[in-house]
Amino acid sequence: MIENNKILKKLESNIILGPVIRYFRTNMGILIGFLVLFIFMSFTADNFFTKTNFLNVMRTVSTNSYLAIGVMMAIMLGGIDLTGGALIAFSGCVTVVCMERLGMPIPAAVAVALSAGIAAGAANGVIIAYSGIHPFVVTLAMMSICRGFAYLIADGQPVSTMNKTFPEIGNGYLGFIPLPVLYMFIFLFLVYLLLNKTKIGRHIYAVGGNPTAAKFSGVNITRVKILVWTISGFLGAFAGVVLASRMSSGQPATAVGFETDAIAAAVLGGTSMYGGAGNVGGMFIGVLVIGIISNGLNLLHVNSYWQYVAKGVIILIAVYIDMYKKKKQNTGKE
Amino acid sequence: MPKQILKMENISKAFPGVKALDNACLDLYEGEVHGLLGENGAGKSTLMNILGGIYKKDEGNIYVDGEKVELNGVLESQARGIAFIHQELELEPYMTVAENIFLGREKKNKMGMVSKSIMNEEAMQYLDIVGLNIDPSSDVCRLSTGQQQMVEIAKAFSLNAKIIVMDEPTSSLSEKETGILFETVRLLQRKNIGIIYISHKMSDIFELTGRITVMRDGAYIGTKITKETNTNELVHMMVGRELENYYVRTFNEIGEVALEVKNINAGKRVKNCSFSVRRGEVLGLYGLIGSGRSELMQAIMGLDPKDGGEIIINGERNDKLTPLQCQDKGLVLVPESRKTQGLILGNTVGFNITITVLDKIISKLRVNQKIEKDIVNKSISSFNIKTPFAEQCISNLSGGNQQKVVLAKWLATNPEVLILDEPTRGVDIGAKAEIYKIINELAGKGIAIIMISSELPEIINMCDNLVIMHEGNITGLLSKEEFVSASILNLAIGGGGV
Repeated sequence: MIENNKILKKLESNIILGPVIRYFRTNMGILIGFLVLFIFMSFTADNFFTKTNFLNVMRTVSTNSYLAIGVMMAIMLGGIDLTGGALIAFSGCVTVVCMERLGMPIPAAVAVALSAGIAAGAANGVIIAYSGIHPFVVTLAMMSICRGFAYLIADGQPVSTMNKTFPEIGNGYLGFIPLPVLYMFIFLFLVYLLLNKTKIGRHIYAVGGNPTAAKFSGVNITRVKILVWTISGFLGAFAGVVLASRMSSGQPATAVGFETDAIAAAVLGGTSMYGGAGNVGGMFIGVLVIGIISNGLNLLHVNSYWQYVAKGVIILIAVYIDMYKKKKQNTGKE
Repeated sequence: MPKQILKMENISKAFPGVKALDNACLDLYEGEVHGLLGENGAGKSTLMNILGGIYKKDEGNIYVDGEKVELNGVLESQARGIAFIHQELELEPYMTVAENIFLGREKKNKMGMVSKSIMNEEAMQYLDIVGLNIDPSSDVCRLSTGQQQMVEIAKAFSLNAKIIVMDEPTSSLSEKETGILFETVRLLQRKNIGIIYISHKMSDIFELTGRITVMRDGAYIGTKITKETNTNELVHMMVGRELENYYVRTFNEIGEVALEVKNINAGKRVKNCSFSVRRGEVLGLYGLIGSGRSELMQAIMGLDPKDGGEIIINGERNDKLTPLQCQDKGLVLVPESRKTQGLILGNTVGFNITITVLDKIISKLRVNQKIEKDIVNKSISSFNIKTPFAEQCISNLSGGNQQKVVLAKWLATNPEVLILDEPTRGVDIGAKAEIYKIINELAGKGIAIIMISSELPEIINMCDNLVIMHEGNITGLLSKEEFVSASILNLAIGGGGV
């Protein structure tokens, strides 16, 4: 056992193999879950194991992945971000209203929508950092505010656009890769870099693990919090733009409860509700698991309402495992 | 001849991979205060947890009042009259004193409803016994730590405890509260209650106990009659080797002023404080808990807001610094509580050590693993941190080793002025000696050190000069020749010099 550990230690210091081994070690549970699910679906659902279906699944989960990145970082700080779904509706409506009613060109409309998302996220961050109100309450309030503004600017009705270029943002391809999937990988990569290759990334882990100790260590907690919720706001707005593009309309009533899927994915992917732990790779598998459950149940012609039940059960199991791990860690020694 | 009320013989307990207890023994007479000594990890807590029914013993026998018992679970242990006063108090902060005392055994009136008035009345009797004059209907969170401890003792009384285990009861008490606790312990003694008293503080042990049992590495080393032993012998039993130079301090030339503060004010806790510290000097800062020591330092570091005052680092005045700017200027604070202020417990040893020096490791989206590894390994070896590898989760380390990581983490920034807030609190004797050695080396290198401490022997032996605080004011500045315990204490309680 000790010998094995030594060999593993040696391998881990390898530049290329190291991160791979660590990845498998930290995400063992979710990877096994993913494999079991994947194999099960491959054998039971006829159309599951096809290229078309895989691309389809990837495109479907991309929206959730944008939200899940933000939610994951918020949870890593010991908080949460519930704004996601409402922000999607809000930024989608902003984009289409800017184009259709204000006659803005697409880039300008998108820029306005993304700025609105950044502003909402930054507001979350500032309020959380300075007021000390729990992130759950702050983002719950912001969720309601965003949903309200979505209805207000759209006059309570879906606003559609006949623009021919706009749908390309969400429906286009680069080679055979759907654009939303491409965005997803870009964001995942950027956040991977942020968390693992920058000072601010370590600061996020530190603030999440113990804010007081982080403060004593010279970490600017306020800045870390504002940054995380701002990024989350941006990603929510981006998801809104992509979704509006795919539907060619801004819909104030869309994306209700999307934040639940994002939270589920983050928690499944090993993000600790206690803060201080989480990784992009695990979260991405979490996103895939949630996506495959929906996709697989559809392919198996299971009543789609069961998906909600399944996701709820999965969240409970994942959080229980997190708690169990934490407990074991704490009672490891006297 | 008093009656033997507890006998634990040849208790063994193994956890996966560790033999936590190996034939441990302990006995207790009624009306006896029995000291239990040992370094962290010596097995004291495991033994007490077995007595409390939290762990199940693998082997051995326990006799309570001469009767052989199996203690399965906390309730069985409680029913045998065994009570615990824990180091970290376990009261419900937002419930009243009376509600806490009767938690889980709420008193009911004739209607079968929980009755506050009956509980308050009965609680009053128990509070009277321990000499605590407070309203039983006040919330526990409004009481001082010392008072909360008294409530725990009152609760033990209400449970008809015959055996009370006290784990480091004075570690967070002021001198005055400690005095009151000692009185209460003697009172319990007169009521024929047997007390097992765990502490790292030798002065407490010698003042209170009749006999002392020493444990080391899970094994029983011996039991001594307090009057017939001395600190050296006990330390020798605890560490298994002679700690010849417990306090190591070579007093060297003191250099120029590294940090000077003038007229610092911060809220109600810090009033008009001025002092300076020089290179190579260890400046002690003594005061009772609540005297504003930590608050003064946190105000200087920019961790808490302050209402004015001058801060001069290396001759350069800079009154408003953030913690990070202080660090850049070489002013560093190693905080008092390693768990809440010092460490990110869920993360690794390496992560914790490097969090203060990320600038050296990370630049332009590149983590320089070689430098990172160098810093971590250097810290681990120079501070003698006992960890199997740098990726070990820090919560798996012993208290003393965690404390060394706390030191390593802030020393990695190469400070010029180092503020140590209670650097040896809650660590065992071996680790203490190592920390003194480190402090001495740092002073030798010309670092200016401010050491906040509530332990007089440590202050007297380690410091060149001493600042004494009382209720937010600096009430005394003493040099080495003037160090006399009585006058230090007198200044600390606001009585003026002797």
